[in-house]
Amino acid sequence: MKLHGRHLLGLDGMPREDIQLILDTAVSFKEVLERPIKKVPPLQGKTIANMFFESSTRTRLSFELAERRLSADVVSFTTAGSSVAKGETLKDTARNIEAMKIDMVVIRHSAPGAAHFLSRVVNANVINAGDGSHEHPTQALLDMFTLREKHGSLDGLRVCIVGDITHSRVARSNIFGLKTMGAEVSVCGPATLIPREIENLGVKVYHRLEDVVQDVDALNVLRIQLERQQRGLFPSLREYHRYFGVTKEKLARATKPITIMHPGPINRDVEISADLADGEHSVILQQVTNGVAVRMAVLYLLGISN
Amino acid sequence: MKLLLKNGTLIDPVSGKDEMFDLLIVDGRIEKMGKSLSADKAAQEIPLKGKIVAPGFIDMHVHLREPGFEHKETIETGCRAAVAGGFTAVCCMPNTNPCIDDESVARYIQEKGKSVCEGIVDVYPIAAATKGRQGAELSPMAELVDAGAVAFTDDGSPIMSAEIMRRALEYSSMYGTPIIQHAEDSTLTHGGCMHEGFVSTRLGMPGIPPIAESLMVERDVTLVRYIPRARYHVAHISTRGGIAAVRAAKKEKLNVTCEVTPHHFTLTDEAVVGFDTNTKMNPPLRTREDVEAVKEALRDGTIDVIATDHAPHTIDEKEVEYTLAPFGIVGLETAVGLAITELVEPNVLSIVQLIEKLSTNPRRILSLPPIQIKEGERANLTLIDPTVEWTVDTQRFQSKSKNSPFHGRRLKGKAIGVINNGKFRLSQP
Amino acid sequence: MKRTKLIDAVGFRRTVSRLAHEVLERNKGADNLALVGIRTRGDFLARRLATMIADIEGKNVQVGSLDITLYRDDLRGRLDQPQLKSTEILFDLTDKVVVLVDDVLFTGRTVRAALNALMDIGRPAQIQLLVLVDRGHRELPVKADIVGKNVPTSLKQEIQVLMTEVDGEDAVFLVERDEDARETKEKQP
Repeated sequence: MKLHGRHLLGLDGMPREDIQLILDTAVSFKEVLERPIKKVPPLQGKTIANMFFESSTRTRLSFELAERRLSADVVSFTTAGSSVAKGETLKDTARNIEAMKIDMVVIRHSAPGAAHFLSRVVNANVINAGDGSHEHPTQALLDMFTLREKHGSLDGLRVCIVGDITHSRVARSNIFGLKTMGAEVSVCGPATLIPREIENLGVKVYHRLEDVVQDVDALNVLRIQLERQQRGLFPSLREYHRYFGVTKEKLARATKPITIMHPGPINRDVEISADLADGEHSVILQQVTNGVAVRMAVLYLLGISN
Repeated sequence: MKLLLKNGTLIDPVSGKDEMFDLLIVDGRIEKMGKSLSADKAAQEIPLKGKIVAPGFIDMHVHLREPGFEHKETIETGCRAAVAGGFTAVCCMPNTNPCIDDESVARYIQEKGKSVCEGIVDVYPIAAATKGRQGAELSPMAELVDAGAVAFTDDGSPIMSAEIMRRALEYSSMYGTPIIQHAEDSTLTHGGCMHEGFVSTRLGMPGIPPIAESLMVERDVTLVRYIPRARYHVAHISTRGGIAAVRAAKKEKLNVTCEVTPHHFTLTDEAVVGFDTNTKMNPPLRTREDVEAVKEALRDGTIDVIATDHAPHTIDEKEVEYTLAPFGIVGLETAVGLAITELVEPNVLSIVQLIEKLSTNPRRILSLPPIQIKEGERANLTLIDPTVEWTVDTQRFQSKSKNSPFHGRRLKGKAIGVINNGKFRLSQP
Repeated sequence: MKRTKLIDAVGFRRTVSRLAHEVLERNKGADNLALVGIRTRGDFLARRLATMIADIEGKNVQVGSLDITLYRDDLRGRLDQPQLKSTEILFDLTDKVVVLVDDVLFTGRTVRAALNALMDIGRPAQIQLLVLVDRGHRELPVKADIVGKNVPTSLKQEIQVLMTEVDGEDAVFLVERDEDARETKEKQP
């Protein structure tokens, strides 16, 4: 049983069997993480480079942990003080790293398509850890794993993604992955932050949380970034929180408990109220745990298939 | 030089001829024209059975990059590409360094054009409408016209200010030179790198909304309506909205014309999936509906001209992340092939209409004398094989840069030679 | 392909009974004992042994199942990737006497992987190896402590163990093949 491609660039077009395989494999790795010795040997002798052109502590840590627990050798590269700061192109950076015989590359970059570009330029397996607003496949995979753990199955599950959809790679990957697995997906946010023709992805669009809460099993709450406000995309954080923030009052009319998710880091009391983030239906911390297991599954499946 | 063009089909929109004619060309002039001219031992015979003899093609939107960006292209390599593509004339854009906002630069380019490729390609500079293309002050238009400029534009950038566009239209109307507008409201296109629509949503890419073009065309048409004798031409039109505005303006008999690039009647924004930067240009590739509107507009005459917007960039410049790559692709060497394959073959345009778009109309818009194909006149001709099937190989381009999305594409029809200024070139097969 | 039945259903039950008694004899009872079966058939075998030991001794013995896929030495570059199953050892292995149970002992590589896996999970006081059939051809220095049946084989032969839980019947077959048995061994889940 193996994945169809050599890379994990995104969930757009990924076959259902592949997503299923990754989620099922992650179950075994979650068990490994319960052991006193949280290490297994399948990627021994493999070298993995983490190329993070955008700063991100948690995703990078999660990948590093996953890589080391599979016994791989890890090198990390972040932009501060790097050759990129000295003007080296992505192509040259990648070629240099490959010349050092790296087997797999995990890349996070601010440009959409950066991981695709890299996969054309190097021989290593490429894993997209976030390319601009395009995709963040491992985040969506761990989100789906968490939902499946909590609700049993993704088929017919109703999930709403809340926030700045236009600029969110987490939103896109979740939409592609959840739709493939048979879930019903909707988005909710200010009209200025919902991209054009998103309904053509099979997604319902809402602008008020109150309209969604009676028909949804889970909310995936996205972080809102201040820079968007400065570009005229919404008036103020206060207005955002009052009308689009996920709070107990807005969820009052729900007929059953709603699972609360967030990719982190959380802006408490901006996009989500603190009591919900820490509440009994929040799976935010499980997402973090599951993140390591899911990333181990992805690295394992790609790493042994050469 | 003595050439006998035998058995070619002469298609000349100016005289209305569309039949087999032999031409004897001596020292750059058409000495004899008739049916079945007898062989002349001193003349080089060019067999053209099944081929077309047309008035020389002109590409009125080319970036020759010299002076200032010679690593991408030079006037010489650009002219070689023009010849390979079947063009006897090109108009070069002013976004050089220094830009063509001063007569010295305009003269330099014209002189250089005469000295390369044995002078077979006429190079007409299009000068900047504003100083430094900054959009703030008018450039010295009268001087530039005297130095050979045939039109004015800030292409690369739009003329954003309505006031400046008004003054440019007024001032240049004295000389009969058109103002060519790169129609884009740049306040709407902040950071955009592809058409804003379903594909850009799917790819998470910042988009260029189609209304950025149509809004600007509509605004400019309002100005043209207000200014007597204004001449206005929309560069590389790409949207239904922009085309509709031009069609309405023509209905009112305003002097509004426009051009389209071959990639805008061939590719859609779907081509961007996969992030190949050879699909990145401005205006961007649009939707299927826009491509249909372009073809309809070519058919009904709303679009007057096919011009390539030939924009060379080096491999290092293009092989980067999509959002960082410069806009533009080369086009001189694929224009005729794409036009015949995508327009003539499916009966969107007849071959006569195609020749109008590539020769007659652009010359008229730029007030260049029409090419007369008759005895005594100077020979300025493009030779075409309308049926040859060939595969585009960017490595064999004459252009210094190879940034084209059409590598490997099968095309039907090709320009096979040009005759101009007493010189003659047959393209490599 | 020639197939000879070596052990039938009745023989199977008697062998398993004898193995359960041997475990108890060797360890002087069931104190501090744990059985860990290597998936898939080793796992079912371990569970049957545990039930028998409980019948004989009146004591319940802990049972766990071990999936050794992550520890295999032949993981990479295989055309067909083995399905990763989960390991379930819900008790502490440390200081216990672990009896590792598998259906067939052949090259010894599976046992080597199982030993590595067990060591990563805990620190047993002792590990003993119990197999239903030992067919020879060791490639690593591994020896079984308790054996159901010794069956000398050639490399062109294969031992097929069928168990009711998986295959609907209990039996052990000797199968003649054309190609080297080491390649075909892997196809058994």
